[in-house]
Order: sequence, then C-alpha cells, then structure tokens
Amino acid sequence: MQDALGAPQSVLLLGGTSEIGLATLRRVLRTGRTRRVLLAGRDQAALEVAAKDLGGGPEVRTLRFDAADDPADHEAFVTEATRDGDLDVVLLAFGLLGDQERSEEDPAAARRVIDVNFTGAVAVLVPLLRALRAQGHGTVVVFSSVAAERPRRANFTYGAAKAGLDAWCQGMADRLVGTGVRLMVVRPGFVHTKMTAGMRPAPFATHPDAVAEATWRGLVRGAQTVWAPPALRWVMAGLRHLPRPLWRRLPG
Amino acid sequence: MSPEIAGPSPGGAGVRPPGGVGGDDRLLSGWGRTSPTRATVRWPLTDDDVAHCLAEPPQRGVVARGLGRSYGDAAQNAGGTVLEMTSRRGVLAADLEAGWVRVAAGTSLDELMRWLLPRGWFVPVTPGTRMVTIGGAIAADIHGKNHHRDGSFGDHVRALRLRTGGGEELTCSPGTHPEVFWATVGGMGLTGVILDATVALLPVETAWMLVDAERAADLDDLMCRMESRDHEYRYSVAWVDCLARGGSLGRGVLTRGDHAPLAALDRPRRERPRHFDPRPVVTTPQVVPPGLVNRLSVRAFNELWFRKAPRRRVGHLESISYFFHPLDGVVGWNRLYGPRGFVQYQFVVPFGAEDALRGAIELMSRSGAPSFLAVLKRFGRANPGPLSFPAPGWTLALDLPAGSVELAGLLDLMDEIVLAAGGRVYLAKDARVRADHLGGMYPRLAEWSDVRAKLDPAGTVTSDLARRLGL
Repeated sequence: MQDALGAPQSVLLLGGTSEIGLATLRRVLRTGRTRRVLLAGRDQAALEVAAKDLGGGPEVRTLRFDAADDPADHEAFVTEATRDGDLDVVLLAFGLLGDQERSEEDPAAARRVIDVNFTGAVAVLVPLLRALRAQGHGTVVVFSSVAAERPRRANFTYGAAKAGLDAWCQGMADRLVGTGVRLMVVRPGFVHTKMTAGMRPAPFATHPDAVAEATWRGLVRGAQTVWAPPALRWVMAGLRHLPRPLWRRLPG
Repeated sequence: MSPEIAGPSPGGAGVRPPGGVGGDDRLLSGWGRTSPTRATVRWPLTDDDVAHCLAEPPQRGVVARGLGRSYGDAAQNAGGTVLEMTSRRGVLAADLEAGWVRVAAGTSLDELMRWLLPRGWFVPVTPGTRMVTIGGAIAADIHGKNHHRDGSFGDHVRALRLRTGGGEELTCSPGTHPEVFWATVGGMGLTGVILDATVALLPVETAWMLVDAERAADLDDLMCRMESRDHEYRYSVAWVDCLARGGSLGRGVLTRGDHAPLAALDRPRRERPRHFDPRPVVTTPQVVPPGLVNRLSVRAFNELWFRKAPRRRVGHLESISYFFHPLDGVVGWNRLYGPRGFVQYQFVVPFGAEDALRGAIELMSRSGAPSFLAVLKRFGRANPGPLSFPAPGWTLALDLPAGSVELAGLLDLMDEIVLAAGGRVYLAKDARVRADHLGGMYPRLAEWSDVRAKLDPAGTVTSDLARRLGL
C-alpha cells in the first residue's frame, strides 16, 4: 500500500538502468517504507549493478523486460512482476532517443524508436494496469517528454512517439478515475544523462535528481502532469503558440 | 424489567441498494481522504449474510466498515470486500434499571444518544463526533474527554458477539474468551466482524453540561492546571495553539465539565431537560480548492479562538452536542482540506515524559506546519487490550494538511520523539507510521498477532491498514 503521504511498500522500475528512473526510485526509497523493489530491463548485468548501487534496505529483484517483445511476453512479464504481491508504484522510464536523421532515412530505425517509446510502452501498460485495477490501488508514473508537447526538427521521431504515449496516458488517466489506480505523466525537458551525452543542452536543461524531486512532489501532491523543471509548464504554454517560422529557428 | 426494544432498523434509502447483500464497486477512503482504494461494498442485513461473506471470501479478503471516521486506511480493503455495517442498526435489548443496552454493531452513537437521553441515560464514552458506530468504537477502542476517569469505550463493553475470520461465531467478554475480547477491543476490526455488543450506560439527569473554561498562557501553565484539577471533573480537554512561539508556546484553552443536574437548569430548560435533537448547522461544499487550510489561515483562526475564549468562566451551561461534538454541526468538514486531504497525528507519551511532549510541540511550532485545533488531554488507566491506544500519560492530536513533501519527514521526527519516550501513535488516526516502529509502540503486538492468527488462520479479515503495517 501507499501511505497517506505517498510512500509505497513496493516499486517496479521499467527501464531499470534509466538514470531518471533510478534517481526517482532513490527519491522514493528515502521515505524508508519501501520493502520490495523490482528492476526490469534488457541488460541483466547492468540491472545487477543498478541493484547493488541501491544498497541495503529493500529487497531488490531484477527481471528481464524488453519493450520490443511480443504482447504474450508482456503478459508473462506482468504475471512474474506481480508474483510476490501488490505493485504500489510503477515507474515507466525506458526510452530510446535514436538518431533523428537516421530515422528519416532508415525505416527500421524509425520503427524501432516508435516501437520502444510508444507501442512497447502501451503494450506493457495494458496488462500492468489490469493487474493494478484488480488490486484496487496503485500509481503509475510514465516519463513522457517535453518533446511530446510540440515536434522539433532535432528529435521529432522520438517526440512523435512520446506524444503518442503522452496522449494515450492522458486518456487512460481519465479512464482510471474511480478505480483506485492513478496515472501521472512526467514531461522532463533536456536532462543531462547518458542518453543526451555529447548533445548541446537545450534551455532549462536539468539533472536526473531534479526530475526525481519534481516527480516525487507531483506524486505526493496528487498531480496529473508534472513538468521538470516545473517552469517548463509555463514556457511551453507560450512556446506551443509560437508561429512555425519562429519555432523552427529556435536553438537545439 | 422487560427490555425496551427499538428494533433493528434497515438501512434507509441511499444506504442500501435493493437486493439484500448487494455488491457495488466503490472508491473508499478514511476521514482524512488520503489514499483512496477500490473495493466491492456489500450490505449484510443478517448474521447469516455476514457469515456468508466470510465463508466465501474473495482473494483479497473482507473487512467491516462503519461510518468511515477512522482517519486513515483502517476501514478500506483494496481489491477485496468491505462490509458496510450501517445496514444493521438498532437497539436489540435494554435494561434501563441496570443500565445497559445491546445494540447492533452498525448503530451510531448519534442514534444511540437520541434513544438514550430522553430515557435518562448516556453513552459511557463519546469521542469528538457522534458519527461513529458501536463496532467502530470497539475496534478502535475510542476514548473521550473522560478517559482520565472512566477509561475507553472497551472498558464499558460487557460482551460482544463476533464472527471471526475463521468463520466461527463467538460471544466474548472480559470473563469469557477474554483474550479474544481484548484482541477485538482496539483490534482495528482485524479479529473478525463485530455483530452486536452489550454496553454499560451512564445515568444522567439532563442533556446539558456544566462547563468551566479557562485560558492558559503557555504550555507549562496549561499542563499545571490540568494536573492539579482534572480529577475534579468527569470531562476535560484542552485546545493548544501549535503555531504560537516563544513565551506563548503551547498556550491554550482548557474546557472541563460535568453532566448538569436537573437543579442546575433554568425553568424553560427544566420543562424538557433531556430533549436531544441536534441538527447540522452548515454543509461543506462538495468541492473545495486545495490550500485553504494553510499557515496564515490557521494562525488567524488560532489567534481568534484564543482571544474569544474567556479568561475564566465557571458553570456555563452548554448542550451535549456543543460541548462534545461541535464539528458535527459542520457536515463534511473534512472536505475543507481540499482534494489532497489531511492527516491526523495523535500520540500518547507517559507521565514523566513531559519533555517529549514539549519537544513535539516545539517541533510543530518551529516547522510552521499548520495544525488546526490541536487537542491535549491526560489519559488515565490503560485496559488489557494489546492494541488499545490509551495509556496513562499525555495525548496530543494534530490535524495537518496532506500533499506536502515536508510533512512526511516532520512526522517521522515526531515518531522518533514518541518512541524514545515510550509512547505510541493511535492506529485509528494513523495513515503513515512506519511498520517497523509498530512493535516498539505496541510491545504486546506479538501477543495480539497470535490471537488473531488462531481466530483467522487464512487471514480472511484484512484491510489496507493491515497490509500497510504488516498486521
């Protein structure tokens, strides 16, 4: 169960090596009430390292998960993830930025970005949310992106996939009202991680720990949408109306 | 004397859908409106209905719910079944010579008082609201302003009928199956479903209270006044301003009283001395924006409340509802905290640990967390219930808006103070204590768990609170 101030007893991190995901998980663990953690991802060795880095305290289990797997695999994954009891908080933090120019040339590359960020995410959320609805409670945090708000030249394949996921999650969050299950969307801006290493930071660039703090505050507050940094909400509220000729000349 | 019987009343329209036991998926939360979860709600009308619900339990178990006045998650059961016991109400038997009634567990104290007062009797213990059921009063072992003299609700229960999680029907009392009786008193509904209970009553001449009120300039002054003269009154409680700082830290208003004898009433009141028909005054809107209860509004309220209280007033006549249940006049006052809800934090520390109490109030004052109506009281003797909350000492209750990240850390610090002083928090109010602190706060937890495991080996009766605290 999550307590009145948001602290969960169990957390599943999808994308168990994601820096934003792990930073958020560490923030959640500071509540001192989490006893069970599940790290799910493709790279078993990297998951083990991440598990070790979490230190003592909760019992940590690693699970193989690949967003690009078949629906039947996703079903089996959810069965496995719920084997030891309720999932109080699920963090969906996997993502693939991809190479924008390549995705404009190579259909397989374009498809992979869409498959991981959108199709795969929705495909695992469907059986997960079914399990959460059956337990009558739970919170899902989906990491979308500021790129979902308005497509940019620099990363619009990724942005389109995140926009799809973001839209699906907004609809689902409304669908979940009254079920005891909550879904919260987080839209980080440019975050300094290995995914963005070597890229020129966009304005309002932030760090995983700051995204984690904003996410945790949103969870406690009962927010539906969180921006990280929070100022991006107002920046994007203006920028989304910027005329296209100006928008495409913006840096980054 | 033959018992006067009001008869069990079925739930009215809106309480129970047609079709008996029913079953309806609903989002349930406690009075604090935090952590709502979904459960299938059923309305058992008869003992057999209850037995049936327990005999074929869903995978995630069953718990009984009364009027939902536990602040946290005691009366909710995510993904499982919740039995709304308000479908079983009424006085089943009574002896108004000897002074006892047997009532269905879903009967509220409000209904019981309306029935008892005109007949010259009162409930032995009443909390700050009449809107609790008898079953809930036993399961939380509630206390009132008379704890220093009369103990808690469980001390006045002569016997109760329980359908255990294992499916057995047991009649228990302090003399028969005492271990089951005392595990149920304060057991947060986890030993089974209470069907009905026999409760000893307090004779009263009128439905009025004679009340003395006085202001105290600071915490020491307040505690000193309570220690020296609480024993002269049946009822005593103090309100503390937790935002006052420096020399005024812990200033408060002390209110104490007794049931007014007939002779104390003036002529108009003496014509209907035991008339009791309180009505709600206002209703809180369904939707209130978050943040209404904040540091500024609470500071302003506290200042007003302190200044409006008389420096000293003796023998003031007040109605029972005004004295005991002022908040019942405001229907849905819990909605004032907005959609994020609130947490009530109530702890007790033993006499001798006054420094811990002072430390806790200083911590609250320093943090600036806006606690609206902090309540201080001295507890008397504890009863044998292993999970019963009251123990000799000082108890303080605070209401705090949820939704801020800082509150969790603040309350964890409060827990440390309470634990170090040998105190505990009240489970009927709790929504956030650490599971691993429970054993320290309730040293007889293992004894209670043993009784429960025997009564309910499969763990059929469970709740969100039980899951959260590993009970």
